[in-house]
Amino acid sequence: MSRHVVLIEDEPNIAEAIRFLLTRDKWQVDVHGDGADAVDVIRAADPDLVILDLMLPGKSGLEVIAELRAVAGLQALPVLMLTARGQLKDREMAERAGVTRFMTKPFSNAEVLTAVRDLHAQAGQLDPARADSGQVPS
Amino acid sequence: MGRDTLTGSRIRDRRMILGIRQAELARQAGISASYLNLIEHNRRRIGGKLLVDLAQVLGVEPSMLTEGAEAALIAALREAAADSGTPVAELDRTDEFAGRFPGWAEVLASNHQRISRLERTVETLSDRLTHDPHLAASLHEVLSTAAAIRSTASILAETGELEAEWRDRFHKNLNEDSLRLAESSRALVNFLDESDTSAERRGVPQEEVEAFFLAHGFHFPDLESDQQTPQALVAEAPQLVSDAARLIAKSALEQYQSDARQMPLTEMAKEITTYGPEPSALARRFHTSLPVVLRRLGVLPPDILGQEAGLVICDASGSILFRKPVTGFALPRFGASCPLWPVYTALQRPDMPLRRNVVQQGRSVLGFECLAVAWTHVAASFDHDPQYHAVMLILPRREVSQDAQPVGASCRICPRQACEARREPSILKEEF
Repeated sequence: MSRHVVLIEDEPNIAEAIRFLLTRDKWQVDVHGDGADAVDVIRAADPDLVILDLMLPGKSGLEVIAELRAVAGLQALPVLMLTARGQLKDREMAERAGVTRFMTKPFSNAEVLTAVRDLHAQAGQLDPARADSGQVPS
Repeated sequence: MGRDTLTGSRIRDRRMILGIRQAELARQAGISASYLNLIEHNRRRIGGKLLVDLAQVLGVEPSMLTEGAEAALIAALREAAADSGTPVAELDRTDEFAGRFPGWAEVLASNHQRISRLERTVETLSDRLTHDPHLAASLHEVLSTAAAIRSTASILAETGELEAEWRDRFHKNLNEDSLRLAESSRALVNFLDESDTSAERRGVPQEEVEAFFLAHGFHFPDLESDQQTPQALVAEAPQLVSDAARLIAKSALEQYQSDARQMPLTEMAKEITTYGPEPSALARRFHTSLPVVLRRLGVLPPDILGQEAGLVICDASGSILFRKPVTGFALPRFGASCPLWPVYTALQRPDMPLRRNVVQQGRSVLGFECLAVAWTHVAASFDHDPQYHAVMLILPRREVSQDAQPVGASCRICPRQACEARREPSILKEEF
């Protein structure tokens, strides 16, 4: 399966850490720090997975996900949402908006890595058409 | 039993609690046992030195034995009974209870006061935690920085072979983020710790403006006498930190000055002393409108108005533009208020004054008389609709009127779960 992720995160040091982590795990990582044109960036990149911060400049993560889910072909794209707001209502709102998984800050690298791998594996089972040369994750 | 005849009973009860014989107490107080007996059976009134001597021997403050202290205690007990929400069968024997068991009565009354204080604290904190944009931003900053540090530190600690370039970059990030965390944590602690009057604690312009008005007791004598201008007052106000706050405060002071010119303080004091604070009558006497009268009454010093008063001014969206708090009537600091407030009813029919008795649930059950009216703030023209503002004067009343309408502060901290006007769930339980 291809391993391409778009990371929408305005906090540069968090973005850098996640990028490093996923690159080491053989992911191609595109980083973008603004919510305003996030959907355009995701559409253009056509990734296997999106990691999306909730509180972004330009447009919130919830607005981004709502727009994303309205785009044909992106309804099932796995989205891992990262947020400092961990209340039940925030989680419910995110799930209603179409987020696949929700993770509260501060998180561990292992949690992020596990979540990304799980979501990718689940998406692969649901959509074998996205499978590629069969490269096995380390 | 009348409260003025209970001093003797309290002396007797206190003596018996201490296990002192009547003759002994009489001796120590320098009176005869038979005279003390008459006093204890409420057949002789006492005061002055004898009261002080007896109180000293009994180890209590003289006020514990006097009528004045008991009146306050009885009022507190009645308030506790009313707030309990369940009918108290022995309400008519409150005087007797306070007289016979002053210690227990004090415990009950002070616990009730403590509960009321805690309720207010919960409301304030809840309000701030859920709606305060400054606090939300501070918490987000702390958590985001913590997330960055945790991820970076984890990479440094857990990645075996790390290229020098990456290692140096992560060390630099860690250093930056740790500094940021220290700063944001300190700012957050300061924000939570600082008192209501601290300038740094306030995050939104309205709070700065409110602090400014509170510092002046909502009264500006120099503005009343035209010896000061709104601009000069704003310029020298330490509470007004932001440009937005200074702008809002200046506008509010200009309104204040305009109202004061129409209704000068000395003439108002004279009219109120003679005729009372009836808004319609005052409007006629001063040849002015009801909104001016209500705004003016709302900011009068209590010694001139004869009582405390609260004031709320809102625009047509319902947003509060100006608020003067009054004891017992909760005004939310952020977000929308209770849609049942008469000020919002007034907005629906401009220029029609209305008077409503209300009771605010969830706190000490106090009655309030609210006088509200909406007025044309910006006149209509052929191409523009009129803009309305509304004002509500809030006057505390000792008793809750029979026809009092229940209202809240804001949905989030209102315990009336079944309210038809509810916008969002409350964090409080019905019985809170």
